[in-house]
Amino acid sequence: MKRFAAYRIWALWLAASALLAAWFAWAVQTPGEQSVFMPGQTTHAHHQIEMKCATCHGEPFKGAEGIQQACLSCHAAELKAMDDSHPVSKFTDPRNAGTLAKLDARQCVTCHTEHKREITHPAGVTLPDDFCIRCHAGVEKERPSHKGMAFTSCATSGCHNFHDNRALYEDFLIRHGHGDAAKSAGVVRERGLKEFMVYMDYLDGEPVTAAEMDGRVELQPTPAVVKNWEHTAHAKAGVNCSACHQVNPGKGGEPVWVKRPDHQVCAACHKPEVDGFLSGLHGMRLKQGLSPMQPGLAELPMKPDAAHKSLSCTSCHGAHTFDTRRAAVEACLSCHDDGHARAYKASPHFALWHEEVQGRGPKGSGVSCATCHMPRIEYLTPEDETRTLVQHNQNDNLRPNEKMIRSVCLSCHTLQFSLDALADGALVTRNFMGLPKHHVDSIRMALEAEKRGQARNAASGTAGDEE
Amino acid sequence: MRKLIPLAALGCVLGQPALAAEWTHKEIADALHSIMEADRTVYTKLIVNRLQNQEKVIKASEHWKDDKALVLPAQMFRYGSEAVAEKGAKFSYSLLSLWPVNKQNNAKTPVEKEGLEAVLKGDPYYKTETLGGKKYFTAIYPDKAVAKACITCHNDHKDSPRKDFKMGDVMGGVVVRLPIQ
Ligand code: HEC
Ligand code: HEM
Ligand code: HEM
Ligand code: HEM
Ligand code: HEM
Repeated sequence: MKRFAAYRIWALWLAASALLAAWFAWAVQTPGEQSVFMPGQTTHAHHQIEMKCATCHGEPFKGAEGIQQACLSCHAAELKAMDDSHPVSKFTDPRNAGTLAKLDARQCVTCHTEHKREITHPAGVTLPDDFCIRCHAGVEKERPSHKGMAFTSCATSGCHNFHDNRALYEDFLIRHGHGDAAKSAGVVRERGLKEFMVYMDYLDGEPVTAAEMDGRVELQPTPAVVKNWEHTAHAKAGVNCSACHQVNPGKGGEPVWVKRPDHQVCAACHKPEVDGFLSGLHGMRLKQGLSPMQPGLAELPMKPDAAHKSLSCTSCHGAHTFDTRRAAVEACLSCHDDGHARAYKASPHFALWHEEVQGRGPKGSGVSCATCHMPRIEYLTPEDETRTLVQHNQNDNLRPNEKMIRSVCLSCHTLQFSLDALADGALVTRNFMGLPKHHVDSIRMALEAEKRGQARNAASGTAGDEE
Repeated sequence: MRKLIPLAALGCVLGQPALAAEWTHKEIADALHSIMEADRTVYTKLIVNRLQNQEKVIKASEHWKDDKALVLPAQMFRYGSEAVAEKGAKFSYSLLSLWPVNKQNNAKTPVEKEGLEAVLKGDPYYKTETLGGKKYFTAIYPDKAVAKACITCHNDHKDSPRKDFKMGDVMGGVVVRLPIQ
């Protein structure tokens, strides 16, 4: 009797284990059921796609090498574009073996670990703020100005970044310190999409009238749609209904009419805009083949009544009313509801925007949400032409915030003013209402280093500036 | 880019056991260096020295993108070396000096220190060294001031610790490293 009971317990145990194993095997492969395996919450950057494990871990799990490849599949292009100061190729040389023992700068995850919210700093950095010192201890020997500086100050004071130093490098500071580059225009550059499309012969630029609309039978537009459409940039540039509403099914099939074209249709003519949109927090879920992002899923404060809106091109650009001015402020504020966004309408920047919209301020003198977060940048097209492009990845210049200096602030402000304003966190929260209370000393230091160099040249009798 | 083609070809040679047995490490390093030195001299003389110093058409600048200028000879060399590293080549190379403008180009390992001193006499230096637990054949070749542009630029540079380079001086060294199996 006793022996029989023991046998039963073993059988029970075996059955329970098998069930558990089967459940794990099922859950680990079933999207939506994988959350039990999550070792910890992911960072703000990746929370939207955290339930799609394979995006970062590879399919099947590929280990460390797979993870590095995953990071690069989304971030390699931007690192190249920002002239990364610490590219991996600088560290693979065997002479850096000693350096790598202090900090393995070949792997993204050395500094950006995931699933560790409790130790995550801005920009997803998971090392303590003094990491620069591991390799740059003793800078004060070369740079007397750095004597006595706190070990945590290098990358937190508005002076240096690990990757992007395009607005911080010494000669840039010196040039601006001399005032050579301070001739700011006071306006941002103009867009010229239609001109580009006509120049490339993608469009003839001849307007289409309501009478010439080619989708009337198939799409049955309401009179309001027809009326709105007539005033769009598309109608004025000769883009007819079929351009967006007739899509090719591929494999030589007949084109079909669709009522609600998606972002992939827009990409036929606006590829860089769509790529940008898919790369930031607005479009990253779509890029991963997930349902679109909704404000209700956000970590940032959002308007409650926007919770169930889905992000797409039409969130900001009404399908048949593309008012880019609405897209640049009112659209943002229809969802965003954090302190910085709410403060915007009290700022001098908004006042300038208001003046421009009212037709009183010059073109490009207003500062909208988009002026800073979706700036107009110079872009080299795949056809090797340069054109002004609206950067649709609003994370591209967001962190560290010195990235905004070149693409945005310098159009109107000096470098010193911009550095100071961006280093003042409270001012950012107030959306730049008031003057900076912080002072970044780097320009003065760079000018002094220049003087020391000149003094050394004078002492050794070399020619000085050689033209 | 063109300089990568012969380098890549040699990289393939390195990967071939049959040939590697016939070529000593020293010979391979010497061959690699002869290409590097030739390309470096051509770039400095035909591009930088001619356009900047003689014809005064365009300057060379560290910040060539912002300044719309020519890439410095040392940067040309380093970008090539980084591109080779990105391709996963087995060898590596760099340009160092005892008087570096860029402090990252200072001697780091004991062999680099000894070698940079040794090449000041004008001859190459060879040694094996162990880095990160792996053994390497390290060759260091003198890098000489072959054009006026070399010395004016270094002597005037605010970050240069040495201001009295003359034509023909050894300004630094090219370090070539081959792994030893
Ligand atoms: C227009 C200015 C300029 C010219 C011309 C120039 N150099 Fe340099 N050189 C530099 C700068 C700047 C660096 C540091 C580049 C870096 O690594 O960022 C450098 C780096 C070097 C280094 C590595 C050590 C160091 O100083 O950082 C050596 C060696 C060197 N140059 C030798 C030469 C020789 C030899 C020539 C002529 C063939 C030459 N340079 C021409 C500006 C110049
Ligand atoms: C993938 C979908 C999208 C497409 C295809 C798209 C396309 C475009 C195009 C073609 C322009 C005009 C560019 C020019 O004239 O050079 C533009 C401007 C603009 N877009 Fe989008 N867009 C998309 C999504 C969005 C979203 C989601 C937002 C808001 C979050 C947005 C905000 C803006 C703003 C503010 C401008 C005007 C900026 C300025 O005037 O400087 N767009 N967009
Ligand atoms: C041109 C107008 C807009 C601007 C300038 C703008 C700006 C931004 C910025 C800078 C971020 C990234 C924040 C971060 O990384 O912390 C962001 C995220 C986001 N935005 Fe917008 N936005 C605009 C329009 C909209 C609209 C119209 C919606 C809603 C339909 C929206 C919903 C969201 C959501 C859901 C996120 C992700 C937040 C999260 O994951 O926590 N945005 N936006
Ligand atoms: C109502 C219009 C605006 C909206 C909806 C908006 C949206 C946002 C959002 C969502 C963030 C991220 C906040 C967070 O991480 O908690 C942000 C940060 C930021 N925004 Fe705006 N913004 C607007 C206007 C502006 C303007 C006009 C400027 C420039 C003058 C600007 C400059 C910045 C900067 C510098 C940051 C901080 C980046 C950082 O330090 O992490 N924003 N904005
Ligand atoms: C992220 C980049 C920018 C930052 C950090 C920034 C910061 C600031 C700050 C702190 C103020 C002082 C506000 C006050 O006095 O209450 C200001 C004012 C101003 N900004 Fe910006 N700004 C940026 C971009 C721009 C751009 C692109 C323009 C021009 C198109 C611009 C035009 C102005 C003007 C004209 C004023 C003075 C307004 C007045 O005094 O009424 N700013 N900005």
